[in-house]
Amino acid sequence: MIRPARNHPGFWAFVAHRVSGVALALFLPLHFLVLGLALESGDALDRMLAVADRPVFKIAEWGLVVLLTVHLCAGLRVMALEFLPWRDTRKGLIGIGAAIALLVGALFMLRAG
Amino acid sequence: MTPVVLYLAQRLTALILAPLVIAHLVLILIAVEGGLTAAEILNRTQGSVGWGLFYGLFVAAAAVHAPIGLRNVIHEHTRWTGRSLDGAMLVLAVLLAGLGARAVLAVVGTP
Amino acid sequence: MTTATDSEGGTLAVEIWRGKDAGQFETYTVPQRANQTVLDVVTWIQRHAEPALAYRFACRVGVCGSCAMTVNGKPRWTCRTHVSKVAGEGALRIEPLRNLPRLKDLAVDMTPFFEKWQRAQGRFTPTRTRNDPLTTVSPQSAGRKAADAGIECINCAVCYSACDVVGWDDGYLGPAALNRAWTLVNDERDGDRAGVLKAASSGGGCHSCHTHGSCVEHCPVGINPTAGIAGLKRWSIVELLGGKLP
Ligand code: SF4
Ligand code: SF4
Ligand code: FES
Repeated sequence: MIRPARNHPGFWAFVAHRVSGVALALFLPLHFLVLGLALESGDALDRMLAVADRPVFKIAEWGLVVLLTVHLCAGLRVMALEFLPWRDTRKGLIGIGAAIALLVGALFMLRAG
Repeated sequence: MTPVVLYLAQRLTALILAPLVIAHLVLILIAVEGGLTAAEILNRTQGSVGWGLFYGLFVAAAAVHAPIGLRNVIHEHTRWTGRSLDGAMLVLAVLLAGLGARAVLAVVGTP
Repeated sequence: MTTATDSEGGTLAVEIWRGKDAGQFETYTVPQRANQTVLDVVTWIQRHAEPALAYRFACRVGVCGSCAMTVNGKPRWTCRTHVSKVAGEGALRIEPLRNLPRLKDLAVDMTPFFEKWQRAQGRFTPTRTRNDPLTTVSPQSAGRKAADAGIECINCAVCYSACDVVGWDDGYLGPAALNRAWTLVNDERDGDRAGVLKAASSGGGCHSCHTHGSCVEHCPVGINPTAGIAGLKRWSIVELLGGKLP
């Protein structure tokens, strides 16, 4: 349920930060395992990358790139609010972060497409 | 570890990670053109001290950053808290560092 | 109520929570008046429709901090909230504050809120007696300015009720107590500023805040607890590096 008291940009920035953070933390071990395949041989890694070339995985990869950007931007917002001498809530930062995430997502789609 | 120490570790690793993530993202956007191959990745990374340091630092910072974040999430959204949670997060940190180190060796090491 | 004119002559449909944790909403029809506040509405219901209705207020002018309730989903000081501002279609839903134990109807138990205030060492530690001269604090000093920004808190617990971390983590001290700690840390007359910082940095202290700003969003007197908590975080790092915090 979306409580009215939560419906402001700062809360949504927090949700985006948290969801992307958890998703990335879960993905990280898998990412490391796949790269570790190269330890055995370039072939094994290639086989994985071939699997990863299917559309489903392309979308998943795209999701991860977007999540990484979202987490980066949301984290920079938090640190800006914590460490820079600003007293207002700087909602513009959230908009900039969202725009950057969209841009990176679109670029990835275009190039990987 | 006290909350201040964890907080400092979280923010310090975030400061380290931010530029690394930006570089990583730029690299992804450049490399993804036309699909990825192992040769492409390995040619760039194998035997390179620079990339070894880059990814090594990346892994080390992420291995600290992720468990601290997860610990907060679990503490706030589940009943799990206290020493057993701290222990589990320590294990996760070691696991991430280990797997990450293996991955770095895999892509940077020369066969 | 004084000469409230029946400007619209209409009525409001007001749902009010009756009971404790188990209970239900009762709907009352209340005449609409010009410049009516939410507290006026609750008082009208208690006087004309439901004498047993439990709620709190004292000053009615936004000073005492006792009248906070959840109005159409948001925590608000009801004595200074005009119905016209919050009742979209002439409908109001009034509940007790979130994040505090319910007592009856619209009254909550404020004990945890004030206990955490104490746990954050949100109290002044004097260093002088009545026989000493007054300390002069320069209004231009950075500390005085920082304290000024947070000092007008009326202890209404609106921020405490709006904060999600308070709802998720029983131990979290919450925005109001930490904001008070921040004003003390900046008060050069306080005799135990290190103690305040230590209390505010212990488990459930300032580092548990995630900078959502729900507290800032809802504080009726315009205080920014998030900024004060960020100040505590920065200060805690300085103290940690200086070896004064474990
Ligand atoms: S900024 Fe901190 S204190 Fe304010 S609502 Fe968010 S978590 Fe609570
Ligand atoms: S900080 Fe604002 S919302 Fe919180 S208790 Fe004080 S006056 Fe109320
Ligand atoms: S009744 Fe005193 S602040 Fe509302």
